[in-house]
Amino acid sequence: MSRESSDSKPIAEVRVGPDLFHALCWVASALAVATLAWIIYEIVTSAWPAIQKFGFGFLGSSSWVPNREVFGVFPFIVGTVASSFIAILFAFPLGLAIAIFLSENFLPAPVRQVIRFVVEMLAAIPSVVFGLWGIFVVIPIIKIFGDWAVKNLGGVPIFSGPAYGNSMLTASVVLALMILPTVTAISRNALTAVPKTLREGAYALGATRWEAILGVILPTAAPGVVAATILALGRAMGETMAVAMLIGNSSRLSWSLLSPGGTLAGLLANQFGEAEGLQVNSLMYAALILVVITLFVNVLGELVLRYTQSQTAGIR
Amino acid sequence: MTEDAARSSATQTPGRPDFLTVRNFDFFYGKKQALFDINMDIPEKRVTAFIGPSGCGKSTLLRNFNRMNELIEGVHYSGDIKLLGQSIYNKEVEVIALRRSIGMVFQKSNPFPKSIYENIVYGLRISGEKKKSVLDEAVERSLRGAALWDEVKDRLHESALGLSGGQMQRLCIARAIANRPKVLLMDEPCSALDPIATVKVEELIHELKQEFTIVIVTHNMQQATRCSDKTAFFYLGKLIEYAETQKIFSNPGQKQTEDYITGRFG
Amino acid sequence: MDNIVTHAPDFFSNSQAEATKAIARSLWNRVLTSVCVALSLLTLVPLVSIIYLVLKNGLPLLSWSVFTQLPPAAGMVGGGFGNAVIGTIVMVGIGLLMSGPLGILSAIYINEYAPASRLAQAVRIVAKLLTGIPSIICGVFAFAIVVSTTGRFSAFAGGVALAVLMLPTILLTSEQALMGVQSAFREASYGLGATKFQTIVRIVLPDALPAIMTGIMLAVARAAGETAPLIFTALFSQFWAKSLSEPTASLSVLIYNFSTVPFPHQIQMAWTASLVLVAFVTLANITAQLVFSKKH
Ligand SMILES: Nc1ncnc2c1ncn2[C@@H]1O[C@H](COP(=O)(O)OP(=O)(O)OP(=O)(O)O)[C@@H](O)[C@H]1O
Ligand SMILES: [Mg+2]
Repeated sequence: MSRESSDSKPIAEVRVGPDLFHALCWVASALAVATLAWIIYEIVTSAWPAIQKFGFGFLGSSSWVPNREVFGVFPFIVGTVASSFIAILFAFPLGLAIAIFLSENFLPAPVRQVIRFVVEMLAAIPSVVFGLWGIFVVIPIIKIFGDWAVKNLGGVPIFSGPAYGNSMLTASVVLALMILPTVTAISRNALTAVPKTLREGAYALGATRWEAILGVILPTAAPGVVAATILALGRAMGETMAVAMLIGNSSRLSWSLLSPGGTLAGLLANQFGEAEGLQVNSLMYAALILVVITLFVNVLGELVLRYTQSQTAGIR
Repeated sequence: MTEDAARSSATQTPGRPDFLTVRNFDFFYGKKQALFDINMDIPEKRVTAFIGPSGCGKSTLLRNFNRMNELIEGVHYSGDIKLLGQSIYNKEVEVIALRRSIGMVFQKSNPFPKSIYENIVYGLRISGEKKKSVLDEAVERSLRGAALWDEVKDRLHESALGLSGGQMQRLCIARAIANRPKVLLMDEPCSALDPIATVKVEELIHELKQEFTIVIVTHNMQQATRCSDKTAFFYLGKLIEYAETQKIFSNPGQKQTEDYITGRFG
Repeated sequence: MDNIVTHAPDFFSNSQAEATKAIARSLWNRVLTSVCVALSLLTLVPLVSIIYLVLKNGLPLLSWSVFTQLPPAAGMVGGGFGNAVIGTIVMVGIGLLMSGPLGILSAIYINEYAPASRLAQAVRIVAKLLTGIPSIICGVFAFAIVVSTTGRFSAFAGGVALAVLMLPTILLTSEQALMGVQSAFREASYGLGATKFQTIVRIVLPDALPAIMTGIMLAVARAAGETAPLIFTALFSQFWAKSLSEPTASLSVLIYNFSTVPFPHQIQMAWTASLVLVAFVTLANITAQLVFSKKH
């Protein structure tokens, strides 16, 4: 690699050839790719005894009793899906509103900057701090709301009593805050990718601002917003600490949002430290299910995002 | 050229000479002044061309006619613009109603990512028109008006993004005239089109001036002579000369105008 | 000749029905704007609440001694979380030592050596997928390959978990950083007779360095705040760690453990630890942004 050797060759023929650094980079890449396979391999082999013992029944069974070696994760799957969907229900309108707010000029630029900064800050706050805050702020509020709801709306299954502070609703509200940055950032990108000329076209035909937003800008950005929602859903499903601290970690299924629940991630966080024998295998099985679900959701989100990018490329 | 002028005066019924008037108009982007004391009367049912070097303020003035510049933060103006004697800045004038009365066609065609049909009826739909018969009628009328009907009548419900560049631009013209505006503003409508599509749009402009007052910005001198009745030459934000197109191009009154149209400019 | 008549002079003002409709439209417009603004300002509430509580509950105990003392035992007062701060630093350090070179070298391979190769495409896809994997799965992985095989919870296991967590961030931001280097620089270097290796090391990497640092800082900030990968790999410890192969305390796990105990002092210490963690994470994020904006 000395200067003489490269000077002696014609300039055009830059030597790439066998080169230690090149090989090193190749090995690193191969390792990076292997990581994912390795993760899945380790989880599957560790889960294997449980997979053999319980089969697919594991997914549908509702009892999780470590000292009797009975394991089933149905309530946790339900809890994972339910808490994430409820979180999206809150985060979607809020995130979309913020994304619109940030891409319009309702208020002067400095105010928009502040809101943007706030949302980015939310993304940076550690999960465990959200959990701590949830314990001391959200739980009391949800408790008050829950008591009120049980009294006045108790007939509705999702508000049936008794109301707990550590509940599905508490976890979902905090989850919503945690995924808000994801929804906002990706939706905002989709909105700002809508060519300015389309907006001007709508205005020039006599549209009001919101007619332009709802009739032209949002429909154009829709696939991106959908992708944002799906990716945020994936994040919510894997979110662990805040949920584990707030949801109550119960394996009892309930229709009520005011009852405790559990999620797959929460189950792992709570039990791995002290688990032994078949319980470890069963937790690995649960981890495998979590990986499969989140991978599926993320791949779906990425595909929609790619589709979006190819679409907007067509409009430009 | 004389032939053109003869034809246009023969086929034109004279409208109001002061259809759209600009008085002592200054315009600022923040601190930067883009227009200086513009005064002009734009005649009804004629084609008025704006020419001048890049950055001289043609688009700025055009975009003031339908108050599109209000979308930019920090702009302000002084002076007045009147349509049929009524100030377009009058508080009572709904900017929305104004923009329906003054249609605009942009340099780069900007069809919405919707069907051809939905593009055309957009303006009607937002103003609350729901009757299918009215919408259908408007689609056919506008597409015929924009000389596009025969090309697209069998695929009205396909995406507008599948049209060719020239067709897209005529679709945007059709979309603008579906609102039945009084004035059509066109900002370099042919600059992204090939020569054949350009000819089609120019022919269309000839047709459209039977019904609409047209203001067109162009960098193409031939285009100005081919399709306009009056021409305004702008330079550095000022209106240097404004007269019959024939006069501007055969016997310009100002040295700067002559330099520009003969290509001896900067 | 009837032009002047057909153009009613007052054509801005619409018919009665249209005028009513226009009023409704502009009213609706205003309502939606207000709703949108209100919802956006609403996000200020939780953030302000979090920051306020972290400061209010965290500041009273904040002093130099919390960084030098061990956590108080159940029901005791005083003490600090010195071992947790060190534990967090050590484990994030281990994670960075493993994921940093791996991520940067892979990024060099997929951007400089063989951008279109199958391997490069696989790396990009895997990195994307890894960003979507829940952080607790990193812990599960480290549990399987370190804790199960060595039979003990350790700082090393925690570091491995954090390495997996950091890898995709470092890899993808490094790739972006390398992509941001103008190809004219590379061509100029080749034109002067430099080899690929010389070009990468002397031209490309120095130019991409600020952006790569940004990625590393973001990854570090995120890893420092993570609890889930550590909770059953490094576990926790009341004592100073003497080696990498024993259970180790971390700030985030301390917050988790102390938040659920019935002792006010411990809970207040959880808030103080939160304050330290949030301050660090925010600082790292802001530095990352500054480094990044300096380059661009
Ligand atoms: N949004 C804006 N903000 C600030 N200045 C602007 C803006 N739009 C235009 N200008 C400035 O105003 C002046 C006039 O611009 P305008 O677009 O009207 O020129 P033009 O004659 O249409 O040019 P062209 O032939 O290139 O389209 C230019 O100096 C331009 O830099
Ligand atoms: Mg222009």
